[in-house]
Amino acid sequence: MGGRESDLVLLDENGIRCDGRRVDETRKISIKAGVLKNANGSAYIEFGDNKILAGVFGPRDVHPKHMADTDTGILRCRYHMSPFSVGERKNPAPSRREIEIGKVIKEALRPAVMLEKFPRTAVDVFVEVLQADGGTRCAALDAASVALADAGIPMRDMVSACAAGKVADTIILDVNNEEDQAGQADMPMGYMPNLKKITLLQLDGVLTPDEFKKCVETGIEGCKLVYEIQKQALKDKFFANGGE
Amino acid sequence: MADSKRRYVIPGDVITTGPYRPEQNVILEDKKIIATTVGISEIYDDTVKVIPLTGMYIPKSQDLVIGKIVSHSSLSWEADINSCYVGMLPASDVFGRNFQPDTDELTSKLKKGDLIAARIVNFDRSRDPLITIADRDLGKIDSGELVKIAPSKVPRLIGKHGTMIQVIEMATNATITIGQNGLVVVACDNPDGLLKAKKAIQMVDEQAHMANLTDKVKEMLESNSE
Repeated sequence: MGGRESDLVLLDENGIRCDGRRVDETRKISIKAGVLKNANGSAYIEFGDNKILAGVFGPRDVHPKHMADTDTGILRCRYHMSPFSVGERKNPAPSRREIEIGKVIKEALRPAVMLEKFPRTAVDVFVEVLQADGGTRCAALDAASVALADAGIPMRDMVSACAAGKVADTIILDVNNEEDQAGQADMPMGYMPNLKKITLLQLDGVLTPDEFKKCVETGIEGCKLVYEIQKQALKDKFFANGGE
Repeated sequence: MADSKRRYVIPGDVITTGPYRPEQNVILEDKKIIATTVGISEIYDDTVKVIPLTGMYIPKSQDLVIGKIVSHSSLSWEADINSCYVGMLPASDVFGRNFQPDTDELTSKLKKGDLIAARIVNFDRSRDPLITIADRDLGKIDSGELVKIAPSKVPRLIGKHGTMIQVIEMATNATITIGQNGLVVVACDNPDGLLKAKKAIQMVDEQAHMANLTDKVKEMLESNSE
């Protein structure tokens, strides 16, 4: 609440942020689909300084068997940060935070994936954070969504994710690590751009109702920008030399 | 939206809003027909479908598949059909109606590791797919080499009215059995033909998106035939 005191200028008088971006600008995003040979589908994303790899298996047999659902398939998601992904070595054992983010990503993908077509099977999503710089859950969700499409798993829509937040009393798009630490609010969002539905909405911080509304709108704009990049990544893999 | 008949789509793309019937790999969401997989959308007569470019094999009734026996119980075999479900081959299908579980030994007919050409008899959500080998052209495969391709590229390997597969078979004198599940068995008396047929199949798998692929395959087969 209110943010921590620091001498970092988060937003200067010209509306330029600590890393040189404007308030409605995302970091540089690049996505590549189909980077892993052994997974059914995969994607690699660079979201600013975040570097994340996602692999998808399935639909496949459920192990342990008791987890299988006779009515529908199940979605499982593991989010993991490599020991070298952050400044100080991170213990590779799954932490409370990683388990939670895995669950959050799973629930954000669930509305898009048509699991009911594959009863008694599981779709496994593995997300490996190689380098973290704030906003990994959004970047991970973006990569996971592309990896699912790459695996050919039926989906109602892609899921695009981007964070919005508040620093120096201004609503900004795509919160980076510094802004997350020192800012006033961070709101990661997942969005299905064609169905116009929000699948993930978290908020850390305090916003007034008006600010919240603005924040959602800003976040959705960000998700739409990400969607275009996801689309391009899939087109590059599948339609690159076919010509339209 | 351009009214072109074929288009590249990714999940979530709206193919059309017209009064069409949704078929494979599309869903109807308040009057909009949306693609659910990466592929090529096709509007044909009054139906819309997407031909997938990726994805696992999903069993369909009447499909010819190639399977590998992985295990058996006293009443049936289980075959790996390169899908998320295992194929169930009942023993009575092989032994006939007077099958006796106590006297008939299943391993005498099919052992673990055997390859079979089978047809999917029945598949629904509640059960594993039921397969049969009791028909012409079906049964145990004794000779040939197994080649694995992406199931989404099987139609490309067959080609329009089977042109592609005919080209390969004619040029190499090989007998090629294509399972809808992406498993292909190539049998050929001539080792060179076998090698060439395998190469051609792999070429189709790798370059499935290219136009005029049949001609290219033909060219490749003829180029090193001498």
